[in-house]
Amino acid sequence: MNAIVQTGAAVDISRLSKIYKTREDEDVVALDKIDLKFEPGTFVAVVGPSGCGKSTLLSLLAGLIGASTGTIAIDGEAISKPHPKIGVVFQSDLLLYWRTVLENILLPIEIKRLDVARYRGRAEELLAQVGLEGFGNKYPSELSGGMRQRVAICRALIQEPGLLLMDEPFGALDALTREQMIMDLQSMWMRLGNTVLFITHGIDEAVFLADRVLVMSPRPGRVDLDLNIDMPRPRQWSRIHENKDYHGYVRKIRDIFEAKGILVAH
Amino acid sequence: MRRKKSRGPWLERYSAVILATVLLAAWQVLVPLSGLSEFVLPTPVAIATRIVNELPLLATHAYVTLFEVVSGFAMGVLVGIPLALAIFYSRAFERAIYPILVALQTVPKVALAPLLVLYLGYGWAPKITLAFLISFFPIVISTVVGLQALDKNLVNLVRSMGASEWQTFFKVRLPAALPNIFGGFKVAVSLAVIGAVIGEYVAAERGLGYLQLQANSLFDTTLNFATVVAISGLGVMLYFVIDFVESRVTYKRDTK
Repeated sequence: MNAIVQTGAAVDISRLSKIYKTREDEDVVALDKIDLKFEPGTFVAVVGPSGCGKSTLLSLLAGLIGASTGTIAIDGEAISKPHPKIGVVFQSDLLLYWRTVLENILLPIEIKRLDVARYRGRAEELLAQVGLEGFGNKYPSELSGGMRQRVAICRALIQEPGLLLMDEPFGALDALTREQMIMDLQSMWMRLGNTVLFITHGIDEAVFLADRVLVMSPRPGRVDLDLNIDMPRPRQWSRIHENKDYHGYVRKIRDIFEAKGILVAH
Repeated sequence: MRRKKSRGPWLERYSAVILATVLLAAWQVLVPLSGLSEFVLPTPVAIATRIVNELPLLATHAYVTLFEVVSGFAMGVLVGIPLALAIFYSRAFERAIYPILVALQTVPKVALAPLLVLYLGYGWAPKITLAFLISFFPIVISTVVGLQALDKNLVNLVRSMGASEWQTFFKVRLPAALPNIFGGFKVAVSLAVIGAVIGEYVAAERGLGYLQLQANSLFDTTLNFATVVAISGLGVMLYFVIDFVESRVTYKRDTK
């Protein structure tokens, strides 16, 4: 089997703001003049409470909403609408129940009017890589929650996204499935090499997976801490608690949340 | 072990047939016992025999009614679906048309039948119109509800892949709404049968409704019942035609 290798994209976010209007015509600043640069192939995790603007950041990168001010560039190319180099994995798998697994994975190829037959083999390879070899002709209703989310990841990866956006992708899974998915995502990413923006509520999975963790807080949405995670890979989830550095990183993030009153110590 | 277990499902599977048979048998036995004349209430066997004997007559009139029902229903689809799309895509249009639609729906369509005959004559036109009027409302409502029920995130998903609204509609919106739309079709086609028959009651020279009135005026209760069975049969047949088409074009979530 040929290993699939994808190229990570460079991301350059400059003075990015998003201001929503409420019904009462008041301004709500969801993101406030954010500056960020992601090197190609970096795994970046964003943690923060609800309303800190992390989902807004993802929607802006996905091109689903427009920025109020500022710019986003992928490999130097400014984006304002959905970009072919970007793939998204959402919290729920969003598989179309009337399509087979393979047809679901090939959906972005159809939408981009590419040659579906040519991508069929690649879709099967991706399925094999996530441990779902031979599941191509099954329907989503025949799969478990974890399997469905794996298919959703394949659907994003078939677009060969330089930047993979993941919006709390394991938030709806049970604890054991989540643990397995975290491990599998690490090995998949180590093989593929995409730039990843991974949004989560989980401090543990953020530190475990990422090269770099951005800690955000609300009103206005800002990056409070930009933390480089320097731990050798592959990291072992079952042994991560024996790692002193891991605890140091988690402590730093918790300190921010406690200082902001998002987590209150008793 | 296996035998014991299979008794439950067997009873479940055929329970409707068994109950129907029991009820028909009771009817068959109780009519002579009660002293009612067959002239007033014929037995199921007498009705069934009459249907077989009058098959050509029933078929001739059934074709007329079938044509009216199918035409009225087809018009309901051709007008209802575009109207539903307009309501779905334009908020202003929705605001403008919904009160009118609801007001129209409160008018009993049956009450329009004499007027339609007055305007459109004795032919098939008033029947088709009535079948159309009565069937298009459930088509519009079920289509709008089906389109609006879509998970907003699915739209975001395909938009993030760069889909146009055209693609979003055909890849996601329409397939997701199909179960609702077919639900509306099934209700509509049953109502269209009622519409056509009512139209025939008011003024007609052909059709099952006309045949039933003839039977009525001749005090031919058995033929009257035979016509009722034929009208029901028409509705059931059309229901299953739609059910069959649905099974061809949609994937049911819960089928294994």
